[in-house]
Amino acid sequence: MKIYLLKRLVGMIAVMFMVATITFVIIRMIPGDPAGLMLGPDATAADVAALRAKMGLDESIWSQYLGFLGDILKGDLGNSIFLGGLPVLRILADRAEPTIALTIVSIVIACLVGIPSGILSAYKRGKITDQATISVAMLLASAPSFWMSLVFIQFFAVRLGWFPASGYGDPGAGFFDRMYHLILPGIVLGLVNSALITRFTRTTMLDILEDDYIRTARAKGLGEWPVIMRHAFKNALIPILTVVGLTLALLLGGAVVTETVFNIPGIGNLVVSSVLRRDYPVIGGSLLVIAGAYVLVNLAVDILYLLVDPRVKY
Amino acid sequence: MKKFCLALCLLACVAVIPTARGEELTRGGVLNIATIGEPPTLDPTSTTADVVGMITQHYYETLYAFGHGFAIKPLLAAAMPEVTDGGTVYTIALRQGVKFHNGKELTSADAAASVKRWLRNSVRGKQVADMVKDVSAPDTYTVRIEMSAPHTPLLALLSIPTSMAIIIPEELCEGDLKDNIGTGPYKFAEHQPDRYVRLVRYDDYQPSPEAGDLYAGERVAYVDELRFIPVPSANTRIEGALAGQYQYSDQLPIENYDRLVGKDRVEPVITDPYGWPILFLNCRDGKMTNLAMRQAVQAAMSQEDMMYIAFGEEQFFSVDGSLYPEGYFYHSEKGLDLYNQYDIDKAKALLKEANYDGSPVRILTSMQYEFHFKMAQVLAENLREAGMEVSIDVVDWATLTQQRTDPTKWDLYFTHSPFVPDPYLNNFFNDEYPGWWVSPEKTELANKFNAEPDLAKRAEIFGDIQELLYESASSIKIGNFNLLGAKDKNLKGYQPSSWPSFWNVSIR
Repeated sequence: MKIYLLKRLVGMIAVMFMVATITFVIIRMIPGDPAGLMLGPDATAADVAALRAKMGLDESIWSQYLGFLGDILKGDLGNSIFLGGLPVLRILADRAEPTIALTIVSIVIACLVGIPSGILSAYKRGKITDQATISVAMLLASAPSFWMSLVFIQFFAVRLGWFPASGYGDPGAGFFDRMYHLILPGIVLGLVNSALITRFTRTTMLDILEDDYIRTARAKGLGEWPVIMRHAFKNALIPILTVVGLTLALLLGGAVVTETVFNIPGIGNLVVSSVLRRDYPVIGGSLLVIAGAYVLVNLAVDILYLLVDPRVKY
Repeated sequence: MKKFCLALCLLACVAVIPTARGEELTRGGVLNIATIGEPPTLDPTSTTADVVGMITQHYYETLYAFGHGFAIKPLLAAAMPEVTDGGTVYTIALRQGVKFHNGKELTSADAAASVKRWLRNSVRGKQVADMVKDVSAPDTYTVRIEMSAPHTPLLALLSIPTSMAIIIPEELCEGDLKDNIGTGPYKFAEHQPDRYVRLVRYDDYQPSPEAGDLYAGERVAYVDELRFIPVPSANTRIEGALAGQYQYSDQLPIENYDRLVGKDRVEPVITDPYGWPILFLNCRDGKMTNLAMRQAVQAAMSQEDMMYIAFGEEQFFSVDGSLYPEGYFYHSEKGLDLYNQYDIDKAKALLKEANYDGSPVRILTSMQYEFHFKMAQVLAENLREAGMEVSIDVVDWATLTQQRTDPTKWDLYFTHSPFVPDPYLNNFFNDEYPGWWVSPEKTELANKFNAEPDLAKRAEIFGDIQELLYESASSIKIGNFNLLGAKDKNLKGYQPSSWPSFWNVSIR
């Protein structure tokens, strides 16, 4: 187990190095200039060049790359070009709360909706309940999340006035006010992600429900509820856990569209706005942190396999 | 010199005094203002970005400011300047008793240091820095600016809220701006990047004794707190306005106008006119350096179609070739026979004269401003009809602002501008602005225009410049467009303007 974990950690370092390199290369391949954006549309070429020099953007690409890697090794992700020159780590720490909170709300909703409906759908295979569940799941999976977000905002915020249309609470807002702002986006994200979990749970349960040991359990006279929950669902947990883990990792990276439409100052929103304004240090730092979260969640899921299935050994 | 002073007074008199609305304004409340995005910096001297000017004008002030009709009026200055020595020396008396947000009284040492800082750091300040011999503080409440030659646009440059000549304490004038201390009716309270900039009322504010007139005169902070919230998604800005979350939402897509009409708590706000889209032609490199080629493009263009496709409803645009619409002091009809020609035969003849080789005309445009993209599509069809090959290069705005600085990468590009207070601030005046229109006639007229103190004569010269611009086809106006915003019906006293301001307004 220890050797396995060590291997995974080494692999993680390699992944992070590749992410850092690819991010650095791609972002500098995109045309566009933070200095020009900062100075505004009427700036002269000389003004832009002077600011580029001040930002260190006139140095050679190799020098910038080595500096970037060196800073990462020192645990320094640099300072934002635009956001008041704040350290990237501090910016990411500020943005982590809304993203993590939104992730938790939406993953809970996704599981609460997706797993039971997947089980029900499998149990009622071919019947109207199954068809209805699959149709709704298809609809949720195919509907663009920006469209769903706008529909929810128009109905629940504009028409009914039950929830705020956007944002993350007023200045100085308390915990409950901030969470109140996350209910609507949490429901949208939860429903969108529940579609995949529903379909995955259904497929896995269908396979398992046809296994011999399920037939044996029924033959022994066990009731349907214990057969499904204690025998079938328990064995379906590993694949379901995998898809929940992947969804969780994706959400931790920031639900870009949902955060943008609901104007939630999370990591997804930060990445989009940083790309648009070419805030190189923030883009690099954010992607590194997202990649790190992704790798760690996958590692956690692998470790969880041990708990749910004693046959798994590393 | 009396002539110069008279000219400045006349400049002040071209103001259109707003009609009193008779709205009762009350103190208290909080305003949530949805802006188009996060300000790139909070130093308004260092950028021309409108969103920075819009926010910071509430806590920083300038010596002069614009009233309606771009009339220049004193703000921190006590009066219009005394201009002597052939229009080269401006002596500016400051209002006494004005206090910065840190409690220190404003003196001429602060004002002189601030003007010097503006000359060093501001794009607009640098435009005149070479002509400024000295900025001094002869006594506690007087600032003197000595120029090497008369330059009439100076006061407009000192008044405009972008690349702003803010007056700050002397000790903050060196290096990067480290503290947000001004003299405005609001003071800076907090900035949470990508969440809000929060301003609170400054209780020791000393307003100008003159009546409030847009950015000039008396400013009263009725509202307790202003929150500028960056909301980059236009859909979110409109939904937030409809839900009552934002009391003002800036720059909304015009397709949403109908959604704002007839609502209980929100209403549309139209800034009419706001600005003008413009097509720049590359005078430095490539096929557009040929005058006949540029004139062919101009002859083929249908500005009417472009404006219609880009803005749809007529209440949001007008087909007008004058660089300043009717009603503005600098309005002129000169050269307009070359506007909105859509004369394909003439364009074909000009192409022949230019020996056009059939290589593609490259239009650079951005989807970030959808109207630019739509106008580019119409233009491409116009040019194809005249026999040109056309390619449209669609990039994001950040890329466009970089690519347009490279003359080898484009032939035509779209941008837009609000109507600026002094014609000199229009980008085509600047030889180094992408487009690079340089001509001896232009330089001669520009020098004459900038040195001329007589307003009527200035307007006449500007008409000549407009005519020359059309003849050169170096940049081509497309039309006038209006801006749509949304405001809470309980927001009283608000006046639509290019840089929305929230003093002299109240919310119930």
